[in-house]
This record gives sequence, structure tokens and C-alpha cells, in this order.
Amino acid sequence: MNTNLYANLSSLKPGEDAVVTALLATGSMRRRLLDIGLVENTRVECLGTSPLGDPSAFLIRGAVIAIRSEDCKNILIESE
Amino acid sequence: MGLTNHSVGIKAVDSGLVIKKLSPDDKVVALAGNPNVGKSTVFNGLTGMNQHTGNWPGKTVTNAQGYCKTKNHNYVMVDIPGTYSLMAHSAEEEVARNFICFGEPDAVVVVCDATCLERNLNLVLQTMEISKHVIVCVNLIDEAKKKHIKIDLNGISEQLGVPVVGTVARKKHTLDDLMQAVDQALDTPSAPLSVSYPDIIEKAIDSISPVIKEKVQDKINSRWLSLKLLDEDASLIHEIRQFLGENFLEDPELNTALKNTKAILEKEHITKDSLKDMAVASLVRTAEIICKDTVKAPTKVYNSTDHKVDRILTSRIAGYPIMLALLALIFWITITGANYPSQLISNGLFFIQDKLTELFHNLNAPEWLHGMLVLGVYRVLAWVVSVMLPPMAIFFPLFTLLEDAGYLPRVAYNLDKPFKCCHACGKQALTMCMGFGCNAAGIIGCRIVDSPRERLLAILTNNFVPCNGRFPTLIAILTMFFVGFSKGPLSSMLSALFLTVVILFGIGMTFLTTRLLSKTMLKGVPSSYTLELPPYRRPQIGKVIVRSVFDRTLFVLGRAVVVAIPAGLIIWIMANIMIGDISLLNHCANFLDPFARLIGLDGVILIAFILGFPANEIVVPIIIMAYMAQGSILELESLSEMKSLFVANGWTWVTALCTMLFSLMHWPCSTTLLTIKKETGSLKWTAIAFLLPTAMGLLICFAFAQIARLFL
Repeated sequence: MNTNLYANLSSLKPGEDAVVTALLATGSMRRRLLDIGLVENTRVECLGTSPLGDPSAFLIRGAVIAIRSEDCKNILIESE
Repeated sequence: MGLTNHSVGIKAVDSGLVIKKLSPDDKVVALAGNPNVGKSTVFNGLTGMNQHTGNWPGKTVTNAQGYCKTKNHNYVMVDIPGTYSLMAHSAEEEVARNFICFGEPDAVVVVCDATCLERNLNLVLQTMEISKHVIVCVNLIDEAKKKHIKIDLNGISEQLGVPVVGTVARKKHTLDDLMQAVDQALDTPSAPLSVSYPDIIEKAIDSISPVIKEKVQDKINSRWLSLKLLDEDASLIHEIRQFLGENFLEDPELNTALKNTKAILEKEHITKDSLKDMAVASLVRTAEIICKDTVKAPTKVYNSTDHKVDRILTSRIAGYPIMLALLALIFWITITGANYPSQLISNGLFFIQDKLTELFHNLNAPEWLHGMLVLGVYRVLAWVVSVMLPPMAIFFPLFTLLEDAGYLPRVAYNLDKPFKCCHACGKQALTMCMGFGCNAAGIIGCRIVDSPRERLLAILTNNFVPCNGRFPTLIAILTMFFVGFSKGPLSSMLSALFLTVVILFGIGMTFLTTRLLSKTMLKGVPSSYTLELPPYRRPQIGKVIVRSVFDRTLFVLGRAVVVAIPAGLIIWIMANIMIGDISLLNHCANFLDPFARLIGLDGVILIAFILGFPANEIVVPIIIMAYMAQGSILELESLSEMKSLFVANGWTWVTALCTMLFSLMHWPCSTTLLTIKKETGSLKWTAIAFLLPTAMGLLICFAFAQIARLFL
């Protein structure tokens, strides 16, 4: 297993999981992500993508949340 | 917001919330919580009311109130929209925040989802900062048990310092426990946990909260207010101004204190954004710590059955076909199921008409009275009931089943990409689905869309999905002109397919118009958004049927009847007042006729659409009435006779198609327009909402009619 410090959530494939290392999102999207519990060190699992490939669904603190790929790019992860 | 008798029709025009206490001693209790945790079910269970519940985040977008009673107190319960936090992003969340922060409820019950309690505690902790009496209601305990999640309610209560009660909203006795805890919380002082922030924030709070405390006394929590004034949330500052008065924020002493504190923060390189981040992170961490010892969950919490179902319903290959198939299936069941009762009801009602006629003759009533009441009012009524009731009574429950099962958020998930291409968001799909029931309800539902620009897009295009009032019109015309009358599974299947195509056309228009608006009047890029996909739940079928028949169908029908009575009267009078040789109705029809012919309709059809402004349901009955008043056909007992009547008045398949297209695309009904005015607060957007679909309809009908004329 390799560790990539600059990976972001959009690179996570269905079935894979990772830990959030930083949020680059700003403004209301940042607050929205914090609200659903997506702070640093939160474990996130990718569950699948929608029929046209975007958005993807993630398991975050017990809830399933869909996030668009553009927004995923602003969520940095560390996959083990 | 779902479709109940409070949300469909004129009451859909939300006029804010005024708490109505039955006696001055009543205690006001707010029911808060994350979206889709069963707040409305708890509310219904407590108050015996029938707020619509559905399995998708955002169905409650306005406050609702009801009453309940315990040994100690009488309560006014207020159901507020779901929100993840008190730092609001969208209009519905603002409604929630404003009530908790400034509505001065005596207590707040925060309803939590036991299956993801940790995230829900974020809102609990935020609410505890502002409200003196907080009670935590851990709902859906049964679902948590199924997922093998063990929750130590007492442990959580000890750590939070407030009562924590486990509930299953459908089980009354668990709700009794909840109200007992509310009683206790109100009558005994508690020592709620205060979230501790990083030192620098604590220092900042300490330096201004004494000043604030002095100004506001006990009116509002000064620690909370200190933090909020430091992070400068614009919409919250606006509310604070309203709540505490203009002068509060102008106070020189307060401003000096604020300035000094901000300077300290700046020195530590803390901006208002990073302040907010640090604050939220502290809340999330605190929730994490609380749950660490009290919630034991298996590593894979996500329901594997849900996962499998989702993999199919949102799969690359099957996702869209299944959506289409479900839509067509609902229409097929509606059309097949409605055929027989429609016939039965119309036979019954016209039998009564004959009896009424006999009665009038026996009483020697004047001919004009019989004409006005029986041939005018009663006949239009009979048509409205027999054409509208059966499809509605079948469609509403079917739709509610899908809603309760949790399918709608998946539709939004599947359709997000195409909406994003139109610079809008997938939540618009949810509001579109609501539009199938009632456009006014769909437009209120647009509050779930975060970005104001995208919300406006959703509002302006909602009318392109035909509401329940327009379905039966479409179905009747389809059956008469495109499918034929053979009653077999094949022909109703064909009807369903045709109807699906018509609806898809409407959805196509939604996309097209959304894109057009995004390129012109409402320029902008698609905003970021998150969408929660709730777990699937088994709908309570019996309850769904009863509620959708009583709350939705009968109410919508009632509205149609109320409109049909005067409309029937007007039509009859117009048909019987003679100016020269021809009736007033003919004069009007003749006047509109040349224009109407251009768009493939005729004068009568256009009059029917104009008179149908208060309720689309009465369009077809008015057309029938007008033709019958002009012509000689007096017996009309089946769709095939109805077709003969239409054909005798010059209908061809082109007329039929144009009428269907115009029904799909013309001005919204009066209730919908009122709702748009209320929601946008702007005459300009209301006018655009009126003109946009009308212009589209005129254009497309015109183009189609002219092309058809060239080739036929």
C-alpha cells in the first residue's frame, strides 16, 4: 500500500476508503462539509457513482452523502 | 414539505408562523433535528396531526404547530425544517435556525437518528449553546437495533447533562417517555455540557461576553452571541438586529470590545473563516468523544441490502431505464385502474342528473332554473368528479409509496449530472417530483435548493411538470385520440407509454428552459452541493393509502369542485345569453378563434384554459360543456361519445396534440402564481413565471400546428 499525500476524494473508487487530511473548500461548501461531520481525520468510504459517473456517494459518519467530483477535488485524503 | 391539505392549494402560500397558544401558560417546544430523522413522524405522534412524512431530506420546509398535553403542562409543539447545523445555508435552514435562536421556545427537543448519532450530536451541541432546556430524542432506535448498534442513552445523558430519551416514533409509549422528560427538564434545573473551544477562542469569548451579557441580560445566551458576532455571519447578524433592535449593534461600548477582540484574533492569524472552522471542529470532536464510549457499532454500519438496492437503482446501465420504467408503471396502473371506476362514477352521476331533471319537471320549475343548476352547475361538477377522481385516487398513493420508500433522493442523485450541465443542481429533480403532485407544493419545496439562483431556476421551471390537475386531461385526450377504446392491457400500456413520452417532453423542456435561463437572465455557475441518500424504509402501506386519499385527493378534488361550480354557471349563462343570433359564448369563442387556430386549438379550448386559471382540473369539463351548449348532442356517457362530440366540433389529432402540449405548457394556476409571488417576493419573477411557460407553449403549438398544416 502506498501513501499519497496529495490524493483527493475524487480518486477514491467504489469500495475503497480513506481518511480526510484537509479541506480546501471555502465558504458555504466548507461549512456544509463540516456540518455533515467531514472534519480532518474522518474516515470516508466510496460506495458508488451515479449513472453518468458524477456525483459519487460516500459513507460519512454513518450517513450516505453524494458529492460532486469538483467538490471532491477540494477534499484531500490519505489512503492507506 | 409533502402534499397534504395544508400544503396543496391556497394554504401552500406560507405566511410565516405565528405561535398560537391555547392558554397563556402553554409551553412552546420546538422539534429540531437533522433532515430525515423522523421529526414529522414524532410531531404527528405527539399532536395527533397529519403533517406529511416522507423519506427524503427536505420535505418539511416550513414550521407547523400542534398541541399535546402531559400531567404537568400543555404544550404547543412546533415542527421545524431539518437542518444539520444552526449555521444556516438555505432558506429552509434559516427558518429552522431563526426559530431555535429567536423564536424563544421554552424547550427544544432535538430529534436524532440513532443510526448516525454522532453526526446528529453536532446539532444537539449547537442547540445547547443557545437554548436553556434541551431534550435529546434518539429516534429510530429500532432501526439502530437492526443494524446492531448499541447506544448507552444514560451514558450520553450524563455526558451532555441533558435528558436523552430513546424513541420509536410509531410507538406511542416511547413518545410518552419523551414528554415526561420534557416535563422534567422544564421543571428542574439542569447543568448542560458547554463545549470548550481552543484557548484562543475561549479567550476571545471571555473578553466580550461580559459586555454583551450586560446589554442583553437573559434575553439571549451571551456566550453564543459573542461567538456569532465574532464570526460575522451576515444573515444571522441581520436576524440579531431584528431581534435585539437596530441600536444593539451600534452600541459604542460593544463595538470597542468587538474591535479589540478581533485585533487579538488577527494577531494570532485567525480570520472569521478559520474561527468558524475551529468552532465546528470542536463541536464535531466533542460529539466524537461523547460517542466513543456510549455508541457501539459494527465496523460496517451501512446496510448491505440498501447498498445492493442502490447499486441497481443508480447503476450505469439500469439507473435510467428503471427510473423510466417506474414512471411508466405508475401511469399504467393509474390509467388501467381509473378506466373502470371512471365509467361507473359517470354512469351514477348522470343517472342522478336524469332524476334531477325529472324532479325539476315535476315541480314545474322554470326551464332556465333547470338549465342553470342541472345542465350548468351539476353537469360540470359531474364531469370534474368522474374524470378527475379515479386517476387522482390512484396516482397519489402510488407516488407517496415511492416517496416514503426513499426513492426520490435517488432520482435527484441520478439526475444531478444533467442538471449540472444546465448549471443547476440535482435537488431540482426533487422539486420536479413534487410538482407531479401539485406545482404550488413543488415551488415551496424549492427551498431545499441552497443557492438562490438555482432555487429561482427550480421555481420558474416547475410548471413544466404536469400536476395532478392536468394528468386526467392528458390521459383523457390520449385515450380518445391516440390509443382507442379497446379495453385491454395492450391499449392501457400504450396510453402509459404515450403519457410517459409527454412527461419526458415536459422534463426536456425543464432542462432546456433551465439552461436558457442560466445562459441569459440567471447567469451563473453550478454551485457546490451535498445530497443525503437516506436508508430505504418500508412504507406503511395502509397509512399511505388512507392519508393520500383523505389529505390529498379529496382536498384537491374539493378545490376543483369549488372552482367548477361558478365556472359551470358562467359557461351556461354565456351559452344562453343571446346577442343577435348567437350566444355570448359563441361570440367569445369566435373572437378568440382566429388566434387559437394559429396555435392548433379553437376558441372554446382557449376559453377553457382561461377559465381554468383557478384550477386546471376544469379545463376538459368546460370544453365539453361549451360544445354541448352549442350543439345538439345531449347524451354523453362514455369517452367514445366524448370523442364524437370533439370530432363533430372539428377536432383532429393535431388539435388533440396541441391541446396536450398547451396543457403541459401554459400559465401556472392562480395558486401556483400566488405561491411564486410569496416565495420570490418579486412581481418581476412572478410575471416571468407566468410568461415563460406561456410563451414556450404558444411557440411550440404554433410551430407544430403550422408544420402539420403544411404536410397534411
